[in-house]
Amino acid sequence: MDPTNLMLNGLTRGGDIIESTVRKIAGTATTRARTDRWNVVTVNRPPQEVMPDGRLPGPLAEMASEIEVQVRPAPADKGSELAARITRPSDGGEQVPGGKHTGDQRERLRTALRHAKMILETGEVLESDKPSTTRTTITNLPLELALRRAQGTGRL
Amino acid sequence: MKALCWTGVNELSVENDIPDPRIQNRHDAILKVHLSSVCGSDLHQISGYIPAMREGDVIGHEFMGTIVETGPDVQKHKVGDRVVVCSVIACGSCWFCEHQMYSCCDNGNTNPAITEAMWGTHPAGIFGYSHAMGGFKGSHAEYVRVPYADTIAFAIPDGVEDEAALFASDSAPTGWMGADLGGVQPGDIVAVWGCGAVGQMAANSAFLKGAERVIAMDRFDYRLEMMERHIGAEVLNYEQTDVDLELKERTGGRGPDVCIEAVGLESHAPGPQYRYEQVKQQLRIETDRPHAVRDAIMACRKGGTVFVLGVFVGMVDKFPLGAFMNKGLTMRGAQQHGERYIPELLDRIAKGELKTGHLATHRMSLDDGPKGYELFKNKEDGCLRSVFAPNGAASAA
Repeated sequence: MDPTNLMLNGLTRGGDIIESTVRKIAGTATTRARTDRWNVVTVNRPPQEVMPDGRLPGPLAEMASEIEVQVRPAPADKGSELAARITRPSDGGEQVPGGKHTGDQRERLRTALRHAKMILETGEVLESDKPSTTRTTITNLPLELALRRAQGTGRL
Repeated sequence: MKALCWTGVNELSVENDIPDPRIQNRHDAILKVHLSSVCGSDLHQISGYIPAMREGDVIGHEFMGTIVETGPDVQKHKVGDRVVVCSVIACGSCWFCEHQMYSCCDNGNTNPAITEAMWGTHPAGIFGYSHAMGGFKGSHAEYVRVPYADTIAFAIPDGVEDEAALFASDSAPTGWMGADLGGVQPGDIVAVWGCGAVGQMAANSAFLKGAERVIAMDRFDYRLEMMERHIGAEVLNYEQTDVDLELKERTGGRGPDVCIEAVGLESHAPGPQYRYEQVKQQLRIETDRPHAVRDAIMACRKGGTVFVLGVFVGMVDKFPLGAFMNKGLTMRGAQQHGERYIPELLDRIAKGELKTGHLATHRMSLDDGPKGYELFKNKEDGCLRSVFAPNGAASAA
């Protein structure tokens, strides 16, 4: 990611918050996302451990044909910045005007980034408690739907 | 197994058919729970102010017990160890954990998107504290799964009773953090809003950090009496006096050097303003009632520090930003970074420096869980903390 991109990301963040809030209210939180946005996590490991010999971390390797990945040192002692963006929208990723596409692929990318970071830092992906003790009710339905996508959505 | 579950707003139920926890990750342990305490922040969940609760969620996050099973990567603990477990689920490996900001852990929350939408990023997980904080089952149960056991479980020194060690799980490190990160210095005058367990631990910690005087506020005389008797703080009933003027008078007109808020989003205040904000909160026009935070900002001396220990979840109205800015205050807050403090606190409890044993005013079986919360919520029978023994009294001896 070049510095211009980083600056633009920063400048557009305020607008993104407003846009995402509106989309959340409208119930279309992840239906559209810019295809050229980098999704980034900071991993508390040096770059040579994040992508040894240029190899992608496991969860990202599964999306290798769909994405571009970069790794670089993070400032100070913060480890590495692992960035990925979609370069080839999947079949399910509907191309729409303005360089946008549907969100499933973006959700998979966010999930892969979160899992890659977790594996690199702790050795495994933390699971939520199973089986759940919670019950499905009509009033809880929106939350249940949100929980199913709780790794793939969010501000990453 | 048996567990105490949230089943709706102001509804709790003891369920007998909860599946036993099992090792799911290599760093997990399974704990047989000896003691599990109620906490003031549970009341926000029970009352429906914490979003992302689902019917059937097991609640409770302050607990201790014995390890009965370990995952293959658990190194520090073995079956049979008596441990206290931090309420905050933190990995110990991310940048935040390495810098001792455990409640900011990147990896302890399995549902990051919920809090990212609310707060812009996600904090660590917490046991029994809604799906926004990971959806982990709580400790008001016979057994509980403990993720990252090497990082968040701590062996209890011989000679420290279960009931004293229990509060090293949450209230003691929360209070200690308020004094520590609030920057209490020798000779300071410290004001504490709230005389519950966390407020008492904050006051005790402030004295241990060298505070010359601690002045604590509440509206229940029995809590004020406990604070005075066990901790040695000066006390004020805010329904009977003008706290701001009283603090000015007691601090030479300066105001306290450090103000610690240990109340949270359902705070009370005398006068019509309280009812006005209660209505707004119930109509969801504002999510949190910040009376104590406002009072702390107004009372604090110029250049002083306000530390928010009480739990808040969303937006507050009428935040005195002008006072905050023009007085040159420092304001901090956090869920507790317990993993940073628990070993030291267990030592201090063992030495008798940090007094926790008196906090458990009511001890009962898990079957009495709903009653325990009623006593706690309504401040009946001198209840400071109800403590449950899910596996019976014998296991908690």
